[in-house]
Amino acid sequence: MSSRIQTPDTSFALLHDAPELETRRSFLGKSGLVLSGAAIALLAGRDALAKGKKTAGSDVNVLNSALGAELEAIAAYQVGAESGLLQKPVLDLAVTFQGHHKAHADLLAQTVAKLGGKPVSAKEKYDFPVDTLKTQADVLRFAAMLEKGAVSAYLGAVPILDNRDLAKAAASILGDEAMHWAILRNALGEAPVPVAFMS
Amino acid sequence: MSIALRAQALLGIALAVAAGGAIAKGELTGDPKAGEAVYARCFACHALTYNRTGPKHCGLLGRRAGSVPGFQYSVAMKRANWIWDKKMLDRFLANPMKVVPGTTMGYAGVKDRKERADLIAYLEQAGKSDVCREH
Ligand code: HEC
Repeated sequence: MSSRIQTPDTSFALLHDAPELETRRSFLGKSGLVLSGAAIALLAGRDALAKGKKTAGSDVNVLNSALGAELEAIAAYQVGAESGLLQKPVLDLAVTFQGHHKAHADLLAQTVAKLGGKPVSAKEKYDFPVDTLKTQADVLRFAAMLEKGAVSAYLGAVPILDNRDLAKAAASILGDEAMHWAILRNALGEAPVPVAFMS
Repeated sequence: MSIALRAQALLGIALAVAAGGAIAKGELTGDPKAGEAVYARCFACHALTYNRTGPKHCGLLGRRAGSVPGFQYSVAMKRANWIWDKKMLDRFLANPMKVVPGTTMGYAGVKDRKERADLIAYLEQAGKSDVCREH
């Protein structure tokens, strides 16, 4: 039995637990992921759960639906990048943002698996409204809509995640999606940050 | 106070509370225009005309919960034995994971009554619009 005191913050102790952290680092290293603060929080969260905290059933569902949305975003950016509609600086943005979504998805999938769930996989086919995507601006607007939706989705995930480390990680991803949204709006010539609060 | 009087007083309080509750639960008329903006919160997972992480919303009002062909619902949603009407949507959207325990819609919900009413008014209107005609 672990002698660590069982508080919701137990997992933070892991941040200073070199051997365990090293294991994670090399594990993540193999999958080509850069270990971010969110990654540590997610993986640490699983340890807190493994120590007999609340069942993670609903947390798994929350993370899995976020994963589903991330996988779709990856596919959407792929469609955008291959559309031939995006010109150079914007194309680079799309590729960079797609990379972030891949990192989110990898981490969410690993976490769902660690929590004992079955990570959803990407659909074979996504029904994107390609017939309405005719110009670079159309693609940007579509991407902005997805990114804003992602902010709202994570905002809707944070308060219902039982595990506070997972909530923190979701908030960390939320911040990233919000930056994407602002930059896409800026690229469209719209006010990049039109509101003081997101909903 | 006699027991009878006390009981009467209690009954009075209970009735007042019940009546207050009924008023609080009375239907709000939603504004579909405002609801359209609220619907943007659902865009990470839903669209009107096609299935995404969540099922499409065309045809939602009047359809059985968990019944869009080709969409993989949770067991919990498939088992939900109701037809989506305004009242059920209002309940579900207030707290999805509580109303359908085990749902894969991992979302806290729309807590504000007025926003919910607006959203539902929008979903109803969109369902009747041209966009949804063939979906
Ligand atoms: C994180 C992704 C996500 C977000 C955000 C989300 N949903 Fe869902 N929604 C789902 C999933 C997944 C399902 C299927 C649930 C199941 O099978 O348990 C679903 C199911 C539903 C259903 C039941 C539909 C049916 O066919 O029975 C309704 C209604 C619904 N969502 C409305 C909304 C509305 C309105 C919003 C925005 C306020 C929203 N959802 C936000 C993922 C999401």
